Amino acid sequence: MTVTPLGIPRRMLEFTLDGEEARVPEGSTILDACRAAGKDIPTLCEGDTLRPKNACRLCVVEVEGARTLVPACSRKAEPGMEVRTDTERARHSRKVVLELLASSVDLSTTPEVAGWLKEYEAKPDRFGPDAARLNEEPRVDDELYVRDYDKCILCYKCVDACGDQWQNSFAISVAGRGFDARIAVEHDAPLTDSACVYCGNCIEVCPTGALSFKSEFDMRAAGTWDEARQTETTTVCAYCGVGCNLTLHVQDNEIVKVTSPHDNPVTHGNLCIKGRFGYQHVQNRD
Amino acid sequence: MDLHFGDSKPTDEERSAVDALLGPPESSWEGADRSDADLRWARGGREARDRRDLLLPGLHAVNDRIGWISEGALDYLCRRLTVPPAEAYGVATFYAMFSVRPRPATVLHVCTDLACAAAGAPRLCAGIEARLGPGSGVSVERSPCLGLCERAPAALAIKAGDPVRTAVSAPATVEEAVLAANSPGSAPEEPPAALAVPQAGQDGLMLLHRVGVVDPSSLDDYRAHGGYTALRRAFELGPAGVIREVTDSGLVGRGGAAFPTGRKWQATASQPDRPHHLVCNADESEPGTFKDRVLMEGDPYALVEAMTVAGYATGAHKGYLYLRGEYPRALHLLEHAITQARARGLLGDDVLGQGYAFDIEIRRGAGAYICGEETALFNSIEGYRGEPRSKPPFPVEKGLFGKPTVENNVETLVNVLPILTMGAPAYAEIGTGRSTGPKLFCVSGSVERPGVYEVPFGATLGEVLALAGVREGLRAVLLGGAAGGFVRPDELDVPLTFEGTREAGTTLGSGVVMAFDDGVPLPRLLLRIAEFFRDESCGQCVPCRVGTVRQEEALHRIVERTGADAADDIALLREVGRAMRDASICGLGQTAWNAVESAIDRLGAYE
Repeated sequence: MTVTPLGIPRRMLEFTLDGEEARVPEGSTILDACRAAGKDIPTLCEGDTLRPKNACRLCVVEVEGARTLVPACSRKAEPGMEVRTDTERARHSRKVVLELLASSVDLSTTPEVAGWLKEYEAKPDRFGPDAARLNEEPRVDDELYVRDYDKCILCYKCVDACGDQWQNSFAISVAGRGFDARIAVEHDAPLTDSACVYCGNCIEVCPTGALSFKSEFDMRAAGTWDEARQTETTTVCAYCGVGCNLTLHVQDNEIVKVTSPHDNPVTHGNLCIKGRFGYQHVQNRD
Repeated sequence: MDLHFGDSKPTDEERSAVDALLGPPESSWEGADRSDADLRWARGGREARDRRDLLLPGLHAVNDRIGWISEGALDYLCRRLTVPPAEAYGVATFYAMFSVRPRPATVLHVCTDLACAAAGAPRLCAGIEARLGPGSGVSVERSPCLGLCERAPAALAIKAGDPVRTAVSAPATVEEAVLAANSPGSAPEEPPAALAVPQAGQDGLMLLHRVGVVDPSSLDDYRAHGGYTALRRAFELGPAGVIREVTDSGLVGRGGAAFPTGRKWQATASQPDRPHHLVCNADESEPGTFKDRVLMEGDPYALVEAMTVAGYATGAHKGYLYLRGEYPRALHLLEHAITQARARGLLGDDVLGQGYAFDIEIRRGAGAYICGEETALFNSIEGYRGEPRSKPPFPVEKGLFGKPTVENNVETLVNVLPILTMGAPAYAEIGTGRSTGPKLFCVSGSVERPGVYEVPFGATLGEVLALAGVREGLRAVLLGGAAGGFVRPDELDVPLTFEGTREAGTTLGSGVVMAFDDGVPLPRLLLRIAEFFRDESCGQCVPCRVGTVRQEEALHRIVERTGADAADDIALLREVGRAMRDASICGLGQTAWNAVESAIDRLGAYE
């Protein structure tokens, strides 16, 4: 566990959360306040290291006086606000959003979704067998990672991480419009012809497994991927002097993927191509 | 930003189209030949990046010249503006009028939307496609509403080249549309805008009184008919005085949201952050709406003057006129009007010698209904995908380029002129208590004299329909456009005011009054509305992106069904519609289900 800087002191504000007084630091979102109060609000597109995009609309809550529901992840708490998180109206929207998502993309590798589908009694198959789905084949352009857009919920996290929020490579964007909107590199080319620098930070933030390590993809295909048998060890990257933290995911004494702790005050979960993918020499036993 | 460009090169033609907009490149960093200086420093960077808002005009430049946007052309444009190619690709693929795949130089957009569909668009399309098959050099594309509903069915031909040529055919026959596509330069001219105003020349009109009376290309004629008296009055009153008049007049926005204009202006004017921007929303894309086009084509100087007044009142020195890409004639007339006004000191550094600097720049949309949403419009101008932003912050605080911005649509702005010339109290006496002033309605469909009608607020739906001569066998009236709602023939006494329509459980929206007789197959019509929203959703948020698709699927399933056979799907429509209304980011998703819901509830569409 790394030390998280506390930042400058902030004033507290008071508002009502599900009928109870809540006190949060100024600038907190409704979702921050919910989490502080131990309330579980489902969200897919919110990311701890990125500005909220509020595109998935799963975290909607009711705010007194607002005509529509409000995304908890991006709406800042205001003094005197009255927020209700678990009303019939909010639950209805979450249920339908889950159904719409689960009927159009493959959420089998999205953590927590199975539980939410059950909790909200969502029935994704009620749109019938002919409901439009993405139905795309995974794109394997290189040995480092796989883009499986059949699992993509268009949360924009990879776009933000690749763009001005972290990596500044701007290799990925959303192309097209409406249901045909897709994450794409320029000219929808293979990754190898794009501006991608293979930092893998998009994989780090992808909530659904639409972007994954080739190693994980291959092991899943072979049926050998087993998170229960994996250990995680956080260490310091040895390639240069920046001091990035690496979390090595090891299964059967082999490194199967590398992530980075998001609470690291230097890198916030970001790595470069070497830190993220350059581990083969560690397990070269020749 | 470390940008990576592929090795695809623009053709000479593509390069020249971009250079005509941006000027020749200076350094090899942005595509010129290498010079000695290039070894020492890089050009481009922040300076070029600050011109990101020229991305959309740049895409237009290439699309206008070539007809589509190749990899080489897109990469060259990106180099010139230091825009990442992936982002520019995302922008180019967002707009319906652009193509990143090769296509013929001529594109014929055939409107298949509500009014045109009722007027035989499917037959027209089939006929045109039979005549202009593959190899004809024309790409025939089915288009959402072209804003020519009073002359339905309509087609718009765009032939790429230098210069680009356009021709409108409406009402279109197969022969005329094919002629327009094959030689847009020699196609017959459109009838004057006044033909869309059956009341033209009548006494008592306030917004339309010059349409058909003045020459839209003559500034002198405009001045001879009372032009620029409102701006003079504005300078007498001062900015605060103008805002007071507009507030006292009770004017509310005519774009559909009905927000008090004076309050919006006041909120923007009082922001300490500078500069302030003015945006005129002329992206009229609501199916059934064409009033802004008629105003712009019939009385373009009125809009120029009104924008100047609005800029003066709110402390803006730059006004952006965001005009939908499907209005070539309005574009030419407004370009001409702005140039003339500039030459005569009515725009520029010193408007009317009053020491106030103001100028107007036209930005063309490229076929995206969502860009009529105010924040999506900002993104579009700035060179990003036309996706709406989440609010707050509101535009009066952080709008275009992150600065305080006032955005009004064409009709709202044009109302400011009579407010200033007649004074707020006299204006406020027109209409009803909460809905003051005159209102424009776009009447189309099963009526004898389709067109734009001006009536004081408070006239009933039946009175407006009577003006246009409603035909026998009226089955339903769509009020407010595709985002509005249907009303029954026995509800024609509903007063056309904001409060009156709200009480009746419907909306004025953008002023659409579209009549359908009993020959129109209602389920097909509803399907078209659903298809429209599915096509036009930006795709940013889940309820709208997937919800519009699920709704269209359900309507497909029940297109031939009624009663118990349709009940399950109607229940599904309601559930999805409710979530879309509650949880979508912007008005598009929130209102996409309105018209279909009203058809089920008020017309008994599937009973």
